[in-house]
Amino acid sequence: MSISKEFVWILIGTALVTFIPRTLPLVFISKLELPEYVKKFLTHVPLAVMTALVVQSVLTSGEEWLSFGENLQWIALFPTLAVAVVTRSLLLTVLTGIATAALLVWLI
Amino acid sequence: MSEKTTVENLTFRQGVIDCIPTLLGYLSIGFAAGVIEATAGMSLLEIALLSLFLYAGSAQFIVAGMLTAGAPIMSIIVTVFFVNLRHLLLSAAIAPNFAKYSPLKNMLIGAQLTDETFGVAINRLTGPVANADKWMFGLNVTAHLNWIVANLLGALLGGWIADPERYGLHFALPAMFIGLAAMVVMQRKRYKQDLLVIACSAGSFALAFIWLPSYIAVMVAAVTAAIAGVVMEK
Repeated sequence: MSISKEFVWILIGTALVTFIPRTLPLVFISKLELPEYVKKFLTHVPLAVMTALVVQSVLTSGEEWLSFGENLQWIALFPTLAVAVVTRSLLLTVLTGIATAALLVWLI
Repeated sequence: MSEKTTVENLTFRQGVIDCIPTLLGYLSIGFAAGVIEATAGMSLLEIALLSLFLYAGSAQFIVAGMLTAGAPIMSIIVTVFFVNLRHLLLSAAIAPNFAKYSPLKNMLIGAQLTDETFGVAINRLTGPVANADKWMFGLNVTAHLNWIVANLLGALLGGWIADPERYGLHFALPAMFIGLAAMVVMQRKRYKQDLLVIACSAGSFALAFIWLPSYIAVMVAAVTAAIAGVVMEK
Protein backbone atom coordinates (compact mmCIF):
# COMPACT_ATOMS: atom_id res chain seq x y z
CA MET A 1 0.00 0.00 0.00
CA SER A 2 1.94 2.94 -1.23
CA ILE A 3 1.59 5.98 -3.39
CA SER A 4 4.43 7.10 -5.60
CA LYS A 5 5.14 10.78 -6.17
CA GLU A 6 4.78 10.33 -9.89
CA PHE A 7 1.35 8.77 -9.37
CA VAL A 8 0.14 11.74 -7.31
CA TRP A 9 0.85 14.13 -10.20
CA ILE A 10 -0.83 11.83 -12.70
CA LEU A 11 -3.85 11.51 -10.40
CA ILE A 12 -4.22 15.26 -9.88
CA GLY A 13 -3.61 16.08 -13.55
CA THR A 14 -5.89 13.48 -15.11
CA ALA A 15 -8.65 14.02 -12.52
CA LEU A 16 -8.61 17.77 -13.17
CA VAL A 17 -8.70 17.59 -16.98
CA THR A 18 -11.63 15.16 -16.67
CA PHE A 19 -13.49 17.09 -13.99
CA ILE A 20 -13.52 20.34 -15.98
CA PRO A 21 -15.34 19.17 -19.14
CA ARG A 22 -17.69 17.10 -16.97
CA THR A 23 -18.82 19.96 -14.78
CA LEU A 24 -18.39 23.18 -16.76
CA PRO A 25 -21.49 22.91 -19.00
CA LEU A 26 -23.70 21.70 -16.14
CA VAL A 27 -22.61 24.60 -13.94
CA PHE A 28 -22.87 27.32 -16.61
CA ILE A 29 -25.08 26.24 -19.52
CA SER A 30 -27.95 25.31 -17.25
CA LYS A 31 -28.14 28.98 -16.22
CA LEU A 32 -28.03 30.43 -19.74
CA GLU A 33 -30.86 30.99 -22.19
CA LEU A 34 -29.44 29.20 -25.22
CA PRO A 35 -30.16 30.11 -28.84
CA GLU A 36 -32.67 27.80 -30.51
CA TYR A 37 -30.15 26.07 -32.78
CA VAL A 38 -27.89 25.20 -29.83
CA LYS A 39 -30.87 23.70 -28.00
CA LYS A 40 -31.71 21.66 -31.08
CA PHE A 41 -28.08 20.58 -31.39
CA LEU A 42 -28.11 19.35 -27.80
CA THR A 43 -31.28 17.30 -28.34
CA HIS A 44 -29.44 15.31 -31.03
CA VAL A 45 -26.29 14.76 -28.95
CA PRO A 46 -27.48 11.70 -26.98
CA LEU A 47 -28.27 9.56 -30.03
CA ALA A 48 -25.23 10.86 -31.91
CA VAL A 49 -22.89 9.96 -29.03
CA MET A 50 -24.49 6.58 -28.29
CA THR A 51 -24.37 5.56 -31.95
CA ALA A 52 -20.68 6.46 -32.20
CA LEU A 53 -20.01 4.50 -28.99
CA VAL A 54 -21.88 1.49 -30.41
CA VAL A 55 -19.78 1.57 -33.58
CA GLN A 56 -16.59 2.00 -31.57
CA SER A 57 -17.33 -0.73 -29.03
CA VAL A 58 -18.86 -3.29 -31.40
CA LEU A 59 -16.93 -2.85 -34.63
CA THR A 60 -13.45 -1.74 -33.59
CA SER A 61 -10.77 -3.19 -31.39
CA GLY A 62 -8.08 -0.83 -30.17
CA GLU A 63 -7.22 1.37 -33.12
CA GLU A 64 -8.26 -1.15 -35.77
CA TRP A 65 -11.53 -2.24 -37.34
CA LEU A 66 -12.56 -5.70 -36.24
CA SER A 67 -11.63 -8.38 -38.74
CA PHE A 68 -15.25 -9.22 -39.43
CA GLY A 69 -14.54 -12.69 -40.77
CA GLU A 70 -12.52 -13.87 -37.78
CA ASN A 71 -14.10 -12.06 -34.88
CA LEU A 72 -17.84 -12.56 -35.05
CA GLN A 73 -18.87 -10.55 -31.97
CA TRP A 74 -20.60 -7.99 -34.25
CA ILE A 75 -23.33 -10.57 -34.89
CA ALA A 76 -24.46 -10.08 -31.27
CA LEU A 77 -25.52 -6.57 -32.30
CA PHE A 78 -28.69 -7.88 -33.98
CA PRO A 79 -30.39 -9.92 -31.23
CA THR A 80 -29.34 -7.27 -28.71
CA LEU A 81 -30.93 -4.51 -30.77
CA ALA A 82 -34.06 -6.59 -31.37
CA VAL A 83 -34.53 -7.21 -27.64
CA ALA A 84 -33.96 -3.51 -26.90
CA VAL A 85 -36.66 -2.48 -29.38
CA VAL A 86 -39.17 -5.11 -28.33
CA THR A 87 -38.77 -5.10 -24.54
CA ARG A 88 -37.48 -1.55 -23.96
CA SER A 89 -35.68 -2.99 -20.95
CA LEU A 90 -32.04 -2.07 -20.52
CA LEU A 91 -31.43 -5.05 -18.23
CA LEU A 92 -32.86 -7.58 -20.70
CA THR A 93 -30.87 -5.91 -23.48
CA VAL A 94 -27.59 -6.25 -21.59
CA LEU A 95 -28.35 -9.86 -20.61
CA THR A 96 -29.18 -10.73 -24.22
CA GLY A 97 -25.94 -9.14 -25.39
CA ILE A 98 -23.91 -11.15 -22.89
CA ALA A 99 -25.72 -14.41 -23.68
CA THR A 100 -25.36 -14.00 -27.43
CA ALA A 101 -21.70 -13.05 -27.17
CA ALA A 102 -21.02 -16.08 -24.94
CA LEU A 103 -22.89 -18.30 -27.39
CA LEU A 104 -20.78 -16.96 -30.27
CA VAL A 105 -17.56 -17.63 -28.35
CA TRP A 106 -18.76 -21.13 -27.54
CA LEU A 107 -19.88 -21.95 -31.09
CA ILE A 108 -16.74 -20.74 -32.82
CA MET B 1 -54.61 20.06 -12.06
CA SER B 2 -53.59 17.79 -14.88
CA GLU B 3 -50.02 19.08 -14.72
CA LYS B 4 -49.70 18.05 -11.11
CA THR B 5 -50.68 14.49 -11.80
CA THR B 6 -48.17 14.05 -14.65
CA VAL B 7 -45.11 15.14 -12.65
CA GLU B 8 -43.14 12.07 -11.76
CA ASN B 9 -41.76 12.16 -8.27
CA LEU B 10 -38.26 10.67 -8.39
CA THR B 11 -36.21 9.53 -5.43
CA PHE B 12 -32.62 8.63 -4.57
CA ARG B 13 -33.74 5.03 -4.23
CA GLN B 14 -35.26 5.03 -7.72
CA GLY B 15 -31.91 6.29 -9.05
CA VAL B 16 -30.17 3.33 -7.41
CA ILE B 17 -32.71 0.95 -9.00
CA ASP B 18 -32.36 2.55 -12.43
CA CYS B 19 -28.62 1.99 -12.24
CA ILE B 20 -28.95 -1.81 -11.95
CA PRO B 21 -29.02 -2.61 -15.70
CA THR B 22 -25.70 -0.82 -16.17
CA LEU B 23 -23.88 -2.59 -13.34
CA LEU B 24 -22.73 -5.67 -15.28
CA GLY B 25 -21.29 -3.64 -18.13
CA TYR B 26 -19.13 -1.46 -15.95
CA LEU B 27 -18.34 -4.30 -13.58
CA SER B 28 -16.65 -6.20 -16.39
CA ILE B 29 -14.88 -3.15 -17.82
CA GLY B 30 -13.82 -2.04 -14.33
CA PHE B 31 -12.56 -5.52 -13.57
CA ALA B 32 -10.45 -5.47 -16.73
CA ALA B 33 -9.17 -2.00 -15.86
CA GLY B 34 -8.18 -3.23 -12.39
CA VAL B 35 -6.22 -6.13 -13.88
CA ILE B 36 -4.28 -3.80 -16.17
CA GLU B 37 -3.70 -1.22 -13.44
CA ALA B 38 -2.28 -3.86 -11.13
CA THR B 39 -0.10 -5.17 -13.94
CA ALA B 40 1.16 -1.62 -14.51
CA GLY B 41 2.44 -1.70 -10.94
CA MET B 42 -0.20 0.39 -9.21
CA SER B 43 -0.93 -0.38 -5.55
CA LEU B 44 -4.47 -1.08 -4.36
CA LEU B 45 -4.58 2.35 -2.78
CA GLU B 46 -3.54 3.99 -6.03
CA ILE B 47 -6.15 2.03 -7.97
CA ALA B 48 -8.84 3.04 -5.49
CA LEU B 49 -7.83 6.71 -5.73
CA LEU B 50 -7.75 6.62 -9.53
CA SER B 51 -11.21 5.04 -9.65
CA LEU B 52 -12.48 7.59 -7.13
CA PHE B 53 -11.10 10.77 -8.69
CA LEU B 54 -10.51 10.02 -12.37
CA TYR B 55 -13.50 7.65 -12.66
CA ALA B 56 -13.38 7.07 -16.40
CA GLY B 57 -13.08 3.72 -18.16
CA SER B 58 -11.03 4.34 -21.25
CA ALA B 59 -8.90 6.96 -19.50
CA GLN B 60 -7.87 4.52 -16.76
CA PHE B 61 -6.85 1.93 -19.34
CA ILE B 62 -4.76 4.61 -21.01
CA VAL B 63 -3.10 5.74 -17.77
CA ALA B 64 -2.14 2.13 -17.01
CA GLY B 65 -0.92 1.50 -20.54
CA MET B 66 1.14 4.68 -20.74
CA LEU B 67 2.63 4.10 -17.28
CA THR B 68 3.76 0.67 -18.40
CA ALA B 69 5.24 2.18 -21.54
CA GLY B 70 7.11 4.72 -19.41
CA ALA B 71 5.40 7.76 -20.96
CA PRO B 72 6.10 11.21 -19.47
CA ILE B 73 3.52 12.48 -16.95
CA MET B 74 2.52 15.44 -19.09
CA SER B 75 1.75 13.29 -22.13
CA ILE B 76 -0.50 11.06 -20.00
CA ILE B 77 -2.45 14.07 -18.76
CA VAL B 78 -2.85 15.56 -22.25
CA THR B 79 -4.04 12.23 -23.68
CA VAL B 80 -6.60 11.80 -20.91
CA PHE B 81 -7.82 15.34 -21.56
CA PHE B 82 -8.62 14.49 -25.18
CA VAL B 83 -10.11 11.11 -24.33
CA ASN B 84 -12.50 12.68 -21.84
CA LEU B 85 -13.36 15.81 -23.79
CA ARG B 86 -16.62 14.26 -25.01
CA HIS B 87 -18.00 14.79 -21.50
CA LEU B 88 -18.39 18.44 -22.54
CA LEU B 89 -21.13 17.30 -24.92
CA LEU B 90 -22.79 14.98 -22.41
CA SER B 91 -22.74 17.60 -19.68
CA ALA B 92 -24.14 20.27 -22.02
CA ALA B 93 -26.88 17.98 -23.31
CA ILE B 94 -28.07 17.08 -19.84
CA ALA B 95 -27.70 20.59 -18.38
CA PRO B 96 -31.23 21.87 -19.24
CA ASN B 97 -32.69 19.16 -16.99
CA PHE B 98 -30.87 20.61 -13.99
CA ALA B 99 -31.35 24.33 -14.62
CA LYS B 100 -33.15 24.93 -11.35
CA TYR B 101 -30.42 23.55 -9.11
CA SER B 102 -27.49 25.44 -7.58
CA PRO B 103 -24.12 25.60 -9.36
CA LEU B 104 -22.53 23.63 -6.53
CA LYS B 105 -25.09 20.85 -6.83
CA ASN B 106 -24.68 20.77 -10.61
CA MET B 107 -20.92 20.56 -10.15
CA LEU B 108 -21.36 17.47 -7.96
CA ILE B 109 -23.77 15.93 -10.47
CA GLY B 110 -21.34 16.61 -13.31
CA ALA B 111 -18.33 15.28 -11.42
CA GLN B 112 -19.80 11.78 -11.60
CA LEU B 113 -21.14 11.96 -15.14
CA THR B 114 -20.26 9.01 -17.39
CA ASP B 115 -21.50 7.67 -20.72
CA GLU B 116 -23.75 5.22 -18.89
CA THR B 117 -25.25 7.54 -16.28
CA PHE B 118 -25.78 10.10 -19.04
CA GLY B 119 -27.55 7.53 -21.20
CA VAL B 120 -29.82 6.38 -18.39
CA ALA B 121 -30.58 9.97 -17.32
CA ILE B 122 -31.39 11.29 -20.78
CA ASN B 123 -33.90 8.47 -21.24
CA ARG B 124 -35.46 8.93 -17.81
CA LEU B 125 -35.69 12.71 -17.54
CA THR B 126 -37.85 13.24 -20.61
CA GLY B 127 -41.07 14.41 -18.99
CA PRO B 128 -41.66 16.70 -16.02
CA VAL B 129 -40.04 15.24 -12.91
CA ALA B 130 -39.53 16.28 -9.33
CA ASN B 131 -36.29 15.60 -7.43
CA ALA B 132 -34.15 14.94 -10.50
CA ASP B 133 -31.17 15.89 -8.35
CA LYS B 134 -31.77 13.20 -5.73
CA TRP B 135 -32.48 10.62 -8.42
CA MET B 136 -29.26 11.53 -10.25
CA PHE B 137 -27.22 11.22 -7.06
CA GLY B 138 -28.70 7.75 -6.50
CA LEU B 139 -27.75 6.75 -10.03
CA ASN B 140 -24.30 8.35 -9.85
CA VAL B 141 -23.25 7.05 -6.44
CA THR B 142 -24.31 3.49 -7.31
CA ALA B 143 -22.43 3.56 -10.60
CA HIS B 144 -19.34 5.06 -8.96
CA LEU B 145 -19.25 2.55 -6.10
CA ASN B 146 -19.70 -0.31 -8.58
CA TRP B 147 -16.77 1.09 -10.56
CA ILE B 148 -14.44 1.31 -7.56
CA VAL B 149 -15.34 -2.19 -6.38
CA ALA B 150 -14.89 -3.57 -9.92
CA ASN B 151 -11.40 -2.04 -10.22
CA LEU B 152 -10.32 -3.42 -6.85
CA LEU B 153 -11.73 -6.87 -7.63
CA GLY B 154 -9.83 -6.85 -10.90
CA ALA B 155 -6.61 -5.94 -9.14
CA LEU B 156 -7.11 -8.60 -6.45
CA LEU B 157 -8.55 -11.50 -8.44
CA GLY B 158 -7.42 -10.72 -11.95
CA GLY B 159 -4.84 -13.46 -12.01
CA TRP B 160 -7.33 -16.16 -11.14
CA ILE B 161 -10.18 -15.56 -13.51
CA ALA B 162 -9.20 -16.65 -16.98
CA ASP B 163 -10.71 -15.21 -20.10
CA PRO B 164 -13.90 -13.29 -19.24
CA GLU B 165 -14.74 -13.43 -22.97
CA ARG B 166 -15.89 -16.99 -22.45
CA TYR B 167 -18.86 -15.65 -20.51
CA GLY B 168 -19.69 -12.98 -23.05
CA LEU B 169 -18.94 -10.23 -20.55
CA HIS B 170 -16.96 -8.28 -23.13
CA PHE B 171 -20.28 -7.52 -24.81
CA ALA B 172 -21.99 -6.11 -21.70
CA LEU B 173 -20.86 -2.55 -22.39
CA PRO B 174 -21.61 -2.52 -26.14
CA ALA B 175 -25.03 -4.02 -25.34
CA MET B 176 -25.68 -1.20 -22.92
CA PHE B 177 -24.85 1.43 -25.55
CA ILE B 178 -27.09 -0.38 -28.06
CA GLY B 179 -29.95 -0.42 -25.57
CA LEU B 180 -29.51 3.24 -24.65
CA ALA B 181 -29.42 4.34 -28.31
CA ALA B 182 -32.52 2.27 -29.14
CA MET B 183 -34.38 3.74 -26.19
CA VAL B 184 -33.61 7.29 -27.24
CA VAL B 185 -35.07 6.59 -30.68
CA MET B 186 -38.20 4.90 -29.36
CA GLN B 187 -38.86 7.64 -26.85
CA ARG B 188 -38.49 10.48 -29.36
CA LYS B 189 -40.54 8.73 -32.07
CA ARG B 190 -38.93 10.87 -34.76
CA TYR B 191 -37.76 7.84 -36.66
CA LYS B 192 -36.82 9.36 -40.00
CA GLN B 193 -34.77 12.10 -38.44
CA ASP B 194 -33.16 9.79 -35.91
CA LEU B 195 -32.22 7.15 -38.46
CA LEU B 196 -30.42 9.86 -40.42
CA VAL B 197 -28.57 10.96 -37.27
CA ILE B 198 -27.57 7.32 -36.69
CA ALA B 199 -26.35 6.92 -40.28
CA CYS B 200 -24.49 10.20 -40.10
CA SER B 201 -22.84 9.33 -36.78
CA ALA B 202 -21.73 5.88 -37.97
CA GLY B 203 -20.53 7.26 -41.30
CA SER B 204 -18.58 10.14 -39.76
CA PHE B 205 -17.03 7.77 -37.26
CA ALA B 206 -15.84 5.48 -40.06
CA LEU B 207 -14.41 8.44 -41.95
CA ALA B 208 -12.75 10.10 -38.95
CA PHE B 209 -11.34 6.76 -37.79
CA ILE B 210 -9.16 6.69 -40.93
CA TRP B 211 -7.05 9.54 -39.59
CA LEU B 212 -7.87 9.93 -35.91
CA PRO B 213 -7.66 7.82 -32.75
CA SER B 214 -11.02 6.20 -31.98
CA TYR B 215 -11.82 8.36 -28.94
CA ILE B 216 -11.46 11.52 -31.05
CA ALA B 217 -13.44 9.91 -33.87
CA VAL B 218 -16.32 9.37 -31.40
CA MET B 219 -16.39 13.08 -30.68
CA VAL B 220 -16.12 14.13 -34.31
CA ALA B 221 -18.93 11.73 -35.22
CA ALA B 222 -21.16 12.96 -32.40
CA VAL B 223 -20.73 16.63 -33.29
CA THR B 224 -21.17 16.04 -37.04
CA ALA B 225 -24.30 13.93 -36.57
CA ALA B 226 -25.87 16.37 -34.09
CA ILE B 227 -25.26 19.25 -36.54
CA ALA B 228 -26.79 17.14 -39.31
CA GLY B 229 -29.81 16.66 -37.05
CA VAL B 230 -30.20 20.43 -36.66
CA VAL B 231 -29.88 20.98 -40.42
CA MET B 232 -32.54 18.34 -41.09
CA GLU B 233 -35.02 20.02 -38.79
CA LYS B 234 -34.96 23.15 -40.93
